[in-house]
Formats: sequence, C-alpha cells, structure tokens
Amino acid sequence: MFEIGTFLKEITETDGVSGFEGRVASRIEEAFSPLVDEKRVDNLGNLIFLKKGESKASSPPARVLFCAHMDEIGFLITKLEDEGFLRFTSLGGFDVRTLPGQEVTVYGTRPVKGIIGGKPPHLRRERDKKQGLKTENLFIDTGLSKEEVKEVIQVGSAVAIHRSYLPLLQNSAAGKALDDRAGVAVLLQCANELESVRHEADVYLVATVQEEVGVRGAVVATYGISPDVGVAVDVCHGDFPGALEHEVSKLNKGPAIVAGPNIHPGIGERLVRVAREYQLPYQHELSPGPTGTDARAMQVSLEGIPTGLVSVPLRYMHTSVELVSINDIRTAGRLLAYFARGINRSFVEELTCL
Amino acid sequence: MFIKELSKISGVSGDESRVRNYIKEKLSAWGIEYYTDSIGNLYAPCKGSGSEGRETDLMLSAHMDEVGLLVASIEKSGHLRFYTVGGVDRQALVSKPVTIGSNEVKGVIGAKAVHLQKEEERKKELKTENLYIDIGAGSKEEAEKSVKVGDYAAFLVEPSGEELITGKAMDNRAGCAALLEILRRDLPYSFTAVFTVQEEVGCRGGTVASYRLNPRAALVVETTGSFDTPEVEEKEYSTCLGKGPALTLMDGSVITHPRVLERLISVAEELGVPYQFRRYTGSFTEAGVTSFSREGVLSGVVSTPCRYIHSSTSMLRRSDWEHLVELLGGFIRSVHEKGVAD
Repeated sequence: MFEIGTFLKEITETDGVSGFEGRVASRIEEAFSPLVDEKRVDNLGNLIFLKKGESKASSPPARVLFCAHMDEIGFLITKLEDEGFLRFTSLGGFDVRTLPGQEVTVYGTRPVKGIIGGKPPHLRRERDKKQGLKTENLFIDTGLSKEEVKEVIQVGSAVAIHRSYLPLLQNSAAGKALDDRAGVAVLLQCANELESVRHEADVYLVATVQEEVGVRGAVVATYGISPDVGVAVDVCHGDFPGALEHEVSKLNKGPAIVAGPNIHPGIGERLVRVAREYQLPYQHELSPGPTGTDARAMQVSLEGIPTGLVSVPLRYMHTSVELVSINDIRTAGRLLAYFARGINRSFVEELTCL
Repeated sequence: MFIKELSKISGVSGDESRVRNYIKEKLSAWGIEYYTDSIGNLYAPCKGSGSEGRETDLMLSAHMDEVGLLVASIEKSGHLRFYTVGGVDRQALVSKPVTIGSNEVKGVIGAKAVHLQKEEERKKELKTENLYIDIGAGSKEEAEKSVKVGDYAAFLVEPSGEELITGKAMDNRAGCAALLEILRRDLPYSFTAVFTVQEEVGCRGGTVASYRLNPRAALVVETTGSFDTPEVEEKEYSTCLGKGPALTLMDGSVITHPRVLERLISVAEELGVPYQFRRYTGSFTEAGVTSFSREGVLSGVVSTPCRYIHSSTSMLRRSDWEHLVELLGGFIRSVHEKGVAD
C-alpha cells in the first residue's frame, strides 16, 4: 500500500520549476511505472501513463484523461553581479514579500544553495516602504566568490525554493510545490485504486509541464492523447482567518468539484453523483471564467474536450509553506477512480448532445 | 565547532532552557564546573593555568537567546496569533516553518494568498496582525491539545555548510560556540564564561550577571549584522563577511572602553588575526549593561559578522568565527601578561 505522505515528501523535496521538470519527473515515473500498462514522455516533457480498460471488442475504448501539473513556481537567473550575488526573475507568480530570507537551490553545473536577500529592515526608507518590495530589488546570495559563481552558474540557470516537507496535525502537511504535486499524488492514488476497480475506458494519467507559466504542457498532452473526457486535478484556496467564504474551500472536508464555464456540466454533475454514491466528502467550488489550470487548455483542445476540474484545498498558495490535508488527496484519488469506472462510449456520446 | 548544533536548538528569549541544557552537557562531559542563577544565566568559572587571580575578574559573555515568537491567542479555526519577541526581521516571518512549545509542535506562518489580494494590498508590508501560525489543527479545541497561549515559537531551519554556515539564531549561538571553544583551551588567566539569557529583550541576563560577578573587565562575544550586499550602499555595510571579527567602537548602548579596544587591536595585530570595525552605531549589546554595572566595568564587544541577522536564515563565514576565537584566546593571554586596567 502506498503512503501518500511518503510520496509527497519525495516529490516536493525534489525540484522541478516550470521548464525544468526533469528531476521531479524521474521520481514520478518511478512511482507510477509498476501500476501502469504503458508510459511515454512527449516532446515538451509531459509524462503520460496509460491504464488500459477492459474494453468490449466491438468499439474502441473511451479515453479518459486525468492530469495534474508537476512543475512548480521558481526563478531564472538574469544577472551575475559583482561580488557574486545573483539577480533573478520569477517563473510563475510569487508574493514578493514571502521571498526575503528564503533559502533556494540554484541549478548551475551543480546545485548551489543560496539565500534570497534584500535591503535590511533598518536601512529601508519611507520611499522603499511606499513602493513595496520588488523582485528586481532582491538578490540571491550563495556566499561564493565571483569567480566560483561564474564557473558554476550562468544567466538562465533555474532556481528552486528550498523547503523540507513538514507533517502537521490532523494528517495535514506543509511544504513547497504542493501546488500541484498534491494533484500528482491524487493521480497516483487513482492509479492504485484502479488496480482493483474494473473500468471499461482507457485511463490516461498525465503529469504535465509548464502549467505555472501558462498551462502549456496540457495543450500538447491533450492533443497527443485526444481524450473523450478530461479532468484536471489542481489546487484551490484553503480557508484562512478573514477569508471570504466563497473564495475558499475548507481543509479536510474533501476535494472541491468545480463548476463554471470551463467545466462541462455533464462532467461536473457526474463527479458529484459519484461522490454521493460512494459517500466521499466533497465541496463545491465556483470558477467564473476559464480556470487557471490545465482544464483551461483541455476544454478548447481539438474539437473541444468535455472537461472537469477537481481541486485539493490548499492554504498559502504560491509560498514555500503550502498546506494540504492528506485525507483530501486520498479522497480525490478515489473520486477519480470511481468516476473512471463508469465511463463508456454511450456516456461520451451523450456529452455532445446539448 | 558547535555552531550548527547550537543553531538548531530553539531558545527564544525567556525560553533558553534547551540551549542551557546543551551547554551544560558539554561542560559536564569536559569536567568543567558550572552554576546557574535565578534568571537563567549559566556561569562557567575557569581557573587559569598560570594565575592566582579570581575567576570573576574577567567576564566573557555570550547570550543564549534568539529572537522569535510567543503564542498570544488561538482562533476558533485553530490558527495561532502571536507576538514577536525581540527584534525579529518582520519581513522574514511570512511562509516560514516554526516549532512551538516544549512538545516541539510544528507549524508554518501563513498569510492571505497573493491571488486573493488586491493590487494595493500587495504593496503593503505584512504586519504581525496579517500573519498567523498554522499547525494543521482544524479547530481551537484541536489546537489546544497540542499548544497553549504563552508557548514560545522559534524558526525551524536546518543549518548547513562548512566554510559558509547558514541557519537560524547565529546571533548569538556563534558567540556561545566561541565561549565553549575557549573553555576547552588551556589559558593562563582565570575568567568566567557566562551564557546569558534575554539579551534580545533588553540585556536582562547580562545585567544581573555582571552585578553578580563584579568583574574588572567584561568582554561581550556577539554576532553582528553584515550588510555587504547589493541594494546597500558601501558606507552602510557595517561589517563584511570574511574580513575577520568585528570590534565595536560604539553602539547605541556603549562606547567601548579605550583600554579594552586598544588591547584587542594590539592582540589582533600581534597574532596576525584579521579584524574590522563595526561601522554602525545603532542597536544595543550586553556591553551596555556590563559597563554600567556597580561602579562601572571596562567593557568591549567582539562579534562574528553575519548576514541576514534576525531573520529565519542567517549566514556567517567559519574563518571569521575561528579568528574571533583566536582573538579571545589572545586577549585572555594578554590580560595574564599585562593586566587589563593598567
């Protein structure tokens, strides 16, 4: 039996910022390989796994795509300053104020540890405070001399946040990159469930690349697989003090099933029906536009893919202390597996009759 | 070299017992006697191999406490609100792991996610009231099973590096480590090493320690900010990593006694130990309270330069610390040879 916590620790402590997912991809591949029938890597680096359905020979099996992105937000080096300090730009959206004092790993010819620094508090003037903190006023300090830095690091070197996985109370955990490695863990849970759940459809489980810089991996993965139905697994905002109720989902109350224009009503409703049937805890989440997830790309791929979105509630999104409930991940994995169980040709055909 | 081991230990001002216990264990293992006082200072008198003098004549102190947090209330949701203890770099608080209370419950410091903030909010500095500790408890009741109001919380950071050492609480575990190192050496002059408490909240421990010992001279072993980085003008660097221990000319609490300063300089020159002056006159050190103790004590400060001080992860250079230890040893030897007040 696989331990979600162990897997999450491994894949969140392995770096893979957008465009540089190789390290984490190999860990993910190791974990999925024993559970799937086929695997391949496409040209952009998406990891595509297939669990074949028990199809009835008369017609080709329906294809279901479940995807979660494996990239994490990070940085790229833009300049090597005198004295060896490094300037950087963001890959994905950070709250700049969370960066000072943050430890990072710079991927030069070898990994180098560093700390993000800025102007110290006692030297910040009123003007600095008014302007707010900006990425261009921060730097990475590796402590190496300029010569050493030049030898190892160059403009364009990728940088990942350094943070150890931290188990917390109530089967929750905090760490970096849980957006969306938590979703990858959902897929692994689903793959485990499908070992004992009979399904007619072919189920594709995909760890996508470059979601954080514009859902790019999902564009080509969906094209390559050409699924009949797609469900993205991502994270949504977890509750926190002072939050508006409609903007957040509660932790440890099950995954959120999303509704809104990005979501095919037939998929959303089926997910809800499955959750009820199997008595899985779930929540509703509304997204009024094209979601900022792989579901956004999927919906308008090819001739249009009926798309759903399942979210794991996550607090402190896009920081190094993203916090999730392991229970929610497990539930979401089961939800996907039970959802896949009933997918067949006739369900797929009904989705186009609106 | 105990810097990294000491760095890992939680010891916010008022909650230094774990640091004290670590140091006691070391002293016991080396057969060095010690005693404590009611506020929590730990004294290790050291008889000089060549001296008849009292151990209390010369006081070397380093504070054990670090800046941190104090749990102030527990919200219905199970989130903890906190006070800061000492001058924590507030911009370094958000999104850091912490360890809380004697059970070492883990948590993270959270704030509203960037996506949910309006443009104007993003520009504002995060204040303590915008932050909370999340231990994963779903409710106040659940949280209260593990933590209580009044628990101290410290940053949770794994120290790393050999030449360049990073970790939390380098201020002033580097100083504690230097005193431990000195205690292991065979030095001719008697002194008392004092591991003090509550420096970061106003040098409380140092005040009573210097009264108790009534020394003729006091040398405070500290860790001081080094701002030799981009975004800072060179004149504001204060100290630089790699240029040796920093001698304080004056800070917000003390003007180093000229005889102590001159002695430190001449010792450094004789030993060929690199040194620099701390070029910032703000903030306070224990020398402020030792110098005013009783009828006045000749006081000075030597520090290991350290970047990102009072934040979650600070950085110092091992060679600076080693030179600091050399300087301390040389200072004690010179007191034996020449006295200090003469």
